[in-house]
Amino acid sequence: MNATGIGAAVKRKEDFRFLTGQGTYTDDINRPGQAYAYILRSPLAHANIKNIDTTAAKAADGVLAVFIGDDMAADGVGGIPCGWGVNNKDGSAMAEPAHPALAQGKVRYVGDQVAIVIAETYTQAKDAAETISVDYEELPAVINMEAALAGGPLVHDDAPGNMSYDWGLGDLDAVNEGFKNATQVSKIDIVNNRLIPNAMEPRAGIGEYDTATGEYTLYTTTQNPHVIRLLMGAFVLNIPEHKLRIVSPDVGGGFGSKIFHYAEEAILTWAAGKIQRPIKWTAERSDAFISDAHGRDHITHAELAMDADGKFLALKVSTKANMGAYLSTFATSVPTYLYGTLLAGVYSTPAVYVEVKSVFTNTVPVDAYRGAGRPEASYLLERLVDRAARETGHSQVDLRRKNFIPNDAFPYQTPVALAYDSGDYNASLDEALKRADVVGFEARKAESERNGKRRGLGYSTYIEACGIAPSAVAGALGARAGLYESANVRVHPTGSVTVYTGSHSTGQGHETAFAQLVSDTLGVSLESVDIVHGDTNKVQFGMGTYGSRSLAVGGEALMKALNKITDKAGKIAAHCLEASEADIEFKDGQFSVAGTDKSMAFSDVALTAYVPHNFPHETLEPGLEENAFYDPANFTFPGGCHICEVEIDPDTGTVSVENFVAVDDVGRVINPMIVEGQVHGGVAQGIGQALLEGCIYDESGQLTTGSFMDYTMPRADNIPNMDVGNTVTLCAHNSLGVKGCGEVGAIGSPPAVINAIVDSLWGLGVRDIAMPATPQKIWQAIATAQTSQAAE
Amino acid sequence: MDLNGEFRIKASKQAVWNALNDPGILKQCIPGCEELKKTSDTEMTAKAVIKIGPVKAKFSGAVTLSDVDAPNSYIISGEGKGGAAGFAKGGAAVTLEEDGAETVLRYTVNAAVGGKLAQLGGRLIDAASKKLSREFFDKFADLVGEEPATAEMIEKEATAEAVGKAMDASKPEAAYDPTAALEPGRAIDGTKLWKGFSPMTWVSGVAFLVFLILAVIKTVFQY
Repeated sequence: MNATGIGAAVKRKEDFRFLTGQGTYTDDINRPGQAYAYILRSPLAHANIKNIDTTAAKAADGVLAVFIGDDMAADGVGGIPCGWGVNNKDGSAMAEPAHPALAQGKVRYVGDQVAIVIAETYTQAKDAAETISVDYEELPAVINMEAALAGGPLVHDDAPGNMSYDWGLGDLDAVNEGFKNATQVSKIDIVNNRLIPNAMEPRAGIGEYDTATGEYTLYTTTQNPHVIRLLMGAFVLNIPEHKLRIVSPDVGGGFGSKIFHYAEEAILTWAAGKIQRPIKWTAERSDAFISDAHGRDHITHAELAMDADGKFLALKVSTKANMGAYLSTFATSVPTYLYGTLLAGVYSTPAVYVEVKSVFTNTVPVDAYRGAGRPEASYLLERLVDRAARETGHSQVDLRRKNFIPNDAFPYQTPVALAYDSGDYNASLDEALKRADVVGFEARKAESERNGKRRGLGYSTYIEACGIAPSAVAGALGARAGLYESANVRVHPTGSVTVYTGSHSTGQGHETAFAQLVSDTLGVSLESVDIVHGDTNKVQFGMGTYGSRSLAVGGEALMKALNKITDKAGKIAAHCLEASEADIEFKDGQFSVAGTDKSMAFSDVALTAYVPHNFPHETLEPGLEENAFYDPANFTFPGGCHICEVEIDPDTGTVSVENFVAVDDVGRVINPMIVEGQVHGGVAQGIGQALLEGCIYDESGQLTTGSFMDYTMPRADNIPNMDVGNTVTLCAHNSLGVKGCGEVGAIGSPPAVINAIVDSLWGLGVRDIAMPATPQKIWQAIATAQTSQAAE
Repeated sequence: MDLNGEFRIKASKQAVWNALNDPGILKQCIPGCEELKKTSDTEMTAKAVIKIGPVKAKFSGAVTLSDVDAPNSYIISGEGKGGAAGFAKGGAAVTLEEDGAETVLRYTVNAAVGGKLAQLGGRLIDAASKKLSREFFDKFADLVGEEPATAEMIEKEATAEAVGKAMDASKPEAAYDPTAALEPGRAIDGTKLWKGFSPMTWVSGVAFLVFLILAVIKTVFQY
C-alpha cells in the first residue's frame, strides 16, 4: 500500500489551516467599497403587512438603501424555488406556494425576511432597521401539525388544509394481507424532534456587481456553489451562468443546513446590482436560530405485523412531516424519497406501506439535516423493532437476526423502491456485540443496581441510502436536478497536480481523502496535490456535498478522470519509450515497458506532455489534463450496528452514556482517521438529538429555544469515548467500493440511545421516552409509571 | 396564559391610590421611563428603556382601560413595542382591597411576548422583571416616604409584597407633593401632562408596566 494512498490514516492536510485560525471563511472576505446589510425579520409568526414605512431608515446615518418585498417584485425577481416535486397519492402535483425572498403582503414565521437595510457599517444598518415601522395585522398562527391539518388557520391560501402533499409508497394490499395473517402486531407512536442545525460558522454572504463586465458575484456559505448558481440565476434573478459567479470559500460546518438556496443570497446579489456596491451580510447566532432551515420534525404512527415466530410480515407507517412556512430547496424529498424508501431497513419484511402528509405551519422552513429522512426512518424502525422484541419475548439480537436480509439475497429489492447492492448485517452486529462486551452486561447492570442506578443496553441495526445519487432514479422520483459529480485533474509540467472537484467541503477532509486517491493512482506525494472546490469560476461544474456523496460520487468522478490521465500518460510513455501502448505498465509512479528495464517516471511523462518536442501531433495531443463526469448506477447503502449502554440515576433522571459502540460498514475506507472522525461527529449529533436538543415554539409561534441558553447543544461531558469499528462489504457499483460515512453516526445512534434508556426503565414500567430524553422527562416517566403501577 | 399575583402595601387604599396618582413619582418610579402621555380618558402611552439580559430597547407602550370601577377594579390591556427587540402584549384585571392598615393589590394577567424578547429573554426575563419591580417599589417608597427607601418585596410564585415602610398613611399629604418628587427639569412636563388625570389611569399605567413585565417573565418561563 502506498503510504499516503487508499487506506492510509494520514493526518488531514487542511487541519493546520483550520486549527491555526488561517482558514478563509466568507466573513473573512472584504471587498473594496463594501457596504453592510441588516435583514429585518418578522417578530410575528403570521400577519398581514398593511404598510412598511422606511422613511426614517432611509434618512438615517450612513444608510445607502432600504428595500422591501415590493421593490423586488417591481424588478420582476422570482420566488425561492423548491428543487424536488413530489406527487400526491392520486398522481396530482403537490401544493407549492410562492416563496418571495422578501415578504410580500404577509409574513409566515418569526424570522421571515421583511426588509434589507444597507449602510456604510453594520451598526448603522442595524440601528436604521429599528426605525422601520411595519404595520402588522396579526393573524392566528398554526404551529402544531395536527392542528394545521384539522382546519387550523391557513398558512398559504393556495395550500388547502395546510398540506403540500399526501404521498404514499408501497403495496397497501400486500400490507393489509400481511396484517390479516399476523399473529402478533406491535405498534408505536413516535415523534422525531425538531432540531436546529447550529453549524459553528453562521451563514454569511457578499453580493457584488461588476459594472464593467455585468458580472454578479456572490460569496456565500454554501455546500453546493453550482446548485446555488443554477437555482438563483435561473429561477430567482434571471442571471445567465456566465454572468454569475458563486464563491464558497472555507465553510465552517453545514450538516445540510447550507445546501439550500436561502432568500438572503438572492436579496444580497440583487441589491448589489441595485446600489452597485458590494454588500456583506453575516448572520448573528440569533438570526441563525430563526432562519437556518431546521431539521426532522415528524410525527409517526407505525404498526409491524409478525407471525408466531417473530418473522416480520408487513409494516405500515403513517407520518406527518412539518415543512414549516415555505418549501425549502429539498424539503419535499426528505420525508418521502429519503425516508419512505428506507423503511425496509435491514429486514426482509416482504410488504411495506408508508404514507406521508407534509404540513405547512407558521415555523421556520424544515429541510435536510445530517441524515435527512434516514435518521427518521432508522429511529422509527429500530424503536419499533426494539418494542416488538420486548412484546414477543425475543431478545433484541434474536429478533433482528431472524429478520435480517441474508447475505445471499444481494442485490436485494426492497418493497419500497430501493435495491440494496451489498451488505452483511450479521457481521456488523457480531463485531458490535463483541466490542460492547454484551456478555458482561448483566454483571455491570447488577453493579449499577447495587448503587441504586438503572443500567440499559440499546441496539440499532440501521441502513441508509447515500451517495446521492443516480440522476435517472432521482429524476424519476421528482428531483429537478441531476445528481452526478464532476472532476478535473490538471497535471502540471513538473508533475504536481491540481484537482477541481464539484464536491464542496464543509470541513470533512476532502482535501486529504481526494489527494489520497491521486497519490494512490499516480504515485505522487500528498504535498504535490491540491484540491480546489467552492468556486464556479474555477470548478467546471458540480452538485456539491450532502447525502454522504462526496467520496462515493465526487471521489468516483475523480477516479474516472485519473484513469483518463493514466491512459493518456501511458500513451505518452509508450511514445517516449518507443514501445507499444499495450506493453506499458504503470506502477508506483513509474511507467515501464513489460519485460524490459526501460521505465519513465510520472513526472517526466508530465514534463514531456508540456514540452512535446517530438510528439506525433496527429495522434498525440500535448498537455495532461482530463475531465470526467460520473453518474452512479445506484445509491450506496452503508449500514451497521450501534450499541449504547446507559446508566440512569432514577432519583434525578440523569442519563450517563457509559459506552457507545459504532460498527459501520461504509464500504472501502480511504482514510480510517477521517472516517472515525466523521462517525464521532455524527454520533455526537445523534446523542444530542436523543438527550438534549429540542426546538420548541410557543402557541403563538415564538421560538422559545432561540439561543444556546435554551437550546442545548451536546458538550464534551455529554459524549462518551466511543468505540468505532468497521466491517466492510464493498459497494458493488463503484470502482472504489466506497459507500459514504458522513451521516452514519447521526442515523444509527439516536435509536440506540433511546432503546438503552427504555431498556433500563422497562422494569419500572416505563414503555416509551420521547426525545430529547431530558432528566426531567425521565424522572417524570418513572414517577408516572410507578404511580400507575401502584394504582393497579 | 393567566397569571395571578398580589402586592401588599402598608398603606391605606386611599393612600396607595393617592400616591400612585402622582405623575412625577410614577415617571421616576417606572424604571427607564422617559415619557407618559394621555391620549384619551381611557388611553395612555408610555416610553421606557428596559434592559432584559442582552436585550435593551426602548419600549413604546399603549394602554387601554375598560370596566373601570373606581377605586376598586378595572381591566387594562395594552401592547409594548420594542422595535427590533420584540414586543409584549396582554391585559390585566386589577383590584384594590383594604386589609386593615394595608392594601392588597391583586392582578390576573394574560400576556405574550415576541421577537428577540421571546427568543433570547427566556431565562433572563424572570430575574429582570423581579429587579424592575423591586426598583419600582424601592423608588416609590423612597420618593413618597419621609425616610430613605427600605421597601421590600416578598415574592411568592407570582406574588410580590411591597412593604412601603415610608408610606405613612397618617400623613398622606406628604406622599403627593408633586414638586418635591419631581426632578427639577421635568416638573413642568409632569404637571402639564398629568393634571386632571383620574387616579385610575395612574394605577393602570404602573400596573401595566410592572405587571406586564411580570407576565412576560412567566409567559416565557413556562415553556
